[in-house]
Amino acid sequence: MDQGLLERLRERLDGDGREPVFAHGLLVVQLPREALLDTVKLLKDAFGFDLFLDVTAIDWPQREPRFDVVYHFYSTRDHVRVRLKTTVTMADPVVDSLLDHYGSAHFMERECHDMFGIVFRGNADLRPILLYEGFEGHPLRKDYPKEREQPLVRYRE
Amino acid sequence: MNQVHEKSSAFEYLTTRKDDLVGWARKFSIFPYPFVTACCAMEFMSVSSTMYDTDRFGAALPRFSPRQSDLLMVVGTITHKQAPILKKVYEQMCEPKWVMAFGVCATSGGFYQNYAALQGIDKIIPVDVYIPGCPPRPESVIDGIMQLQDKIANASHPIINEKF
Amino acid sequence: MTMRDEEQTLPNPVRPAFDRPSTEDGVIVSIGPSHPATHGTLQIIAELSGERVVRADVHCGYLHRGFEKECEAHTWHTLIPFVDRLNYCSALMNNFAYCDAVETLMGVEITPRTRYLRTLLAEYSRIADHITCIAASVMEMGAMTAFLYLMTIRDYIYEHLADLTGARVTYSYGRIGGLANDLPEGWIKRLEEILDEYEVYVGRIHGLLDRNRIFIDRTRDVGVLTTEEAIHWGFTGPILRSTGVPRDLRKDTPYLAYDELDFEVPVGIKGDNYDRYFVRMREMDESVYMIRQLIEMLPDGPVNVDDRRCTFPEKDLVYSEIESLINHFKLVIDGPQVPAGEVYRAHEAANGELGFFLVSDGSGTPHRVHVRAPSFVHMGGLHRLLEGYQLADIVSTFGTVNMIGGECDR
Ligand code: SF4
Repeated sequence: MDQGLLERLRERLDGDGREPVFAHGLLVVQLPREALLDTVKLLKDAFGFDLFLDVTAIDWPQREPRFDVVYHFYSTRDHVRVRLKTTVTMADPVVDSLLDHYGSAHFMERECHDMFGIVFRGNADLRPILLYEGFEGHPLRKDYPKEREQPLVRYRE
Repeated sequence: MNQVHEKSSAFEYLTTRKDDLVGWARKFSIFPYPFVTACCAMEFMSVSSTMYDTDRFGAALPRFSPRQSDLLMVVGTITHKQAPILKKVYEQMCEPKWVMAFGVCATSGGFYQNYAALQGIDKIIPVDVYIPGCPPRPESVIDGIMQLQDKIANASHPIINEKF
Repeated sequence: MTMRDEEQTLPNPVRPAFDRPSTEDGVIVSIGPSHPATHGTLQIIAELSGERVVRADVHCGYLHRGFEKECEAHTWHTLIPFVDRLNYCSALMNNFAYCDAVETLMGVEITPRTRYLRTLLAEYSRIADHITCIAASVMEMGAMTAFLYLMTIRDYIYEHLADLTGARVTYSYGRIGGLANDLPEGWIKRLEEILDEYEVYVGRIHGLLDRNRIFIDRTRDVGVLTTEEAIHWGFTGPILRSTGVPRDLRKDTPYLAYDELDFEVPVGIKGDNYDRYFVRMREMDESVYMIRQLIEMLPDGPVNVDDRRCTFPEKDLVYSEIESLINHFKLVIDGPQVPAGEVYRAHEAANGELGFFLVSDGSGTPHRVHVRAPSFVHMGGLHRLLEGYQLADIVSTFGTVNMIGGECDR
């Protein structure tokens, strides 16, 4: 792992409301959601983070803003990982889509939309992917009861 | 004609009950439709290949069209998203038909007690034999098949009674 | 007997991306979700022009079992069995990746014996996984003999792992800070026998398939992928390597004992179906080579760390000592107390990068468990491999991509 690169990256990303720190071997950058697209562009073009690993969210029901949206990137050249974290509120759960930069964002953003109801601006295709048409609510939000079923077929007696 | 066609005294005819005869014939020609979804499929593959070989029970040749099969093997977790498909496959099968719930997920939902998993396929279709286990060992699958065969052999087979 | 009651029509769980063909002679067909060629449950809605696939719309999620929600209701320990059922072809690798993530968060250093044993077992289950993948995909192309040979050797492996763990498929063998138990008597000896047996059987597979005209025609130049495209669509693992780049987490960011092992990373040339088949075959050989090294290296010693936060006390102490009893009780009821924080750990699983992203709020149950499952990401790029080829090629391409339902849909 190239620690020097991460160190340079940390210096480059500091400021503009971004707070980079190291945690468990990767660089974690907390940033406002407006800065997301620019940062991703910088990561991809200038630092070679070409593999988009993952996007997911974390629900903190007690906190405002309620959701963390978490991205992971990997550089196949330097073998290092970066995590970007931004926050969105319950009332306005919108972040920018990364579809223009990474094709793999398509399915992952659909999944995140299914599970948490995060809306990705710029991704026109947010049909249910793991859930089905007609499913109401977002199961991974903490206030969705674990056992609440929404069956599609009527049960036999 | 030749000797073979002349009547000999032994085994000229045999008396049996119609149900026994039809049951005996049916129990050795089960054509399964594997409705394979999840981890139990790994055991299903083992059961149907060299080491355990369900061919010995006349239940080897999978039919991938529901209209040609007699036994619906539901192998693995059925989710609510999958339920309409299972129901449709079941409805497309011709009588007589039997259903086997393979593994605890198909039987009762198993340890997935949540919004996504159907809590047992018997909520939507009738089931004839349940095989517990997560996944069941091949031996218990074979036991399940044999129990199903007993059930078929001992059932009444009314469909053909007027004409037979 | 069972007539559908009239007022109920069965709803369609998915909405296709397109419902009319783009050209006049186009036809839309729906393949799956219960189709012999889609082992696992996947639906592909394809627009065909003649026999050629013009557009493909891939739907997954038919096996979504709520894994991530289920985790939030269990302690860090009791969710290990759920982890097994992600990639059920190689459950041990999931176990170890998950345990590794929790251990990183807790700051636990596993013992040397466990480190080597985990590496050995991970490679062993990689063999089982690749065997399953190859067997299933060649069976779908009609190669029944190869399927039966491979199943035989896989059954040896399953029975052998059942000796160790007690289960044939879903092992639940990893523990936070160690393993469930040490190797039983004679296990290594049988392992060596199986590896020899494996070489005989795999030699037959090479003989049956490698230069088989029918097999080559079905797989060569079908489902071609370039490296740039593969990375753009997030492909990892054997699929990425089949495009010709040696990207393997075992070499790039070594974990467990991989940095002490001597092995090669096999790569393909073109990134087509044949390369994917061949990369998997070669990887199994490398795994065997690694296992043989690991048998030599395996040190003696305990398998569980001596850390009361995560390791259960000895059973006889639980029955005779109040401290151990309380310790046991706390670990079972409250779960191991994992310090608050977030961690992402990735292992090179049989299908690609398997990452666990864990969020702890400092209690015994996870706040959030997220899995970066390779199959799911691969499904996002599957349409690239299907478009432009024949309808019948869907079968062989889908087989070599090796989609595992449990991992894809979670
Ligand atoms: S019963 Fe167990 S092995 Fe079978 S599908 Fe369910 S979880 Fe998987």
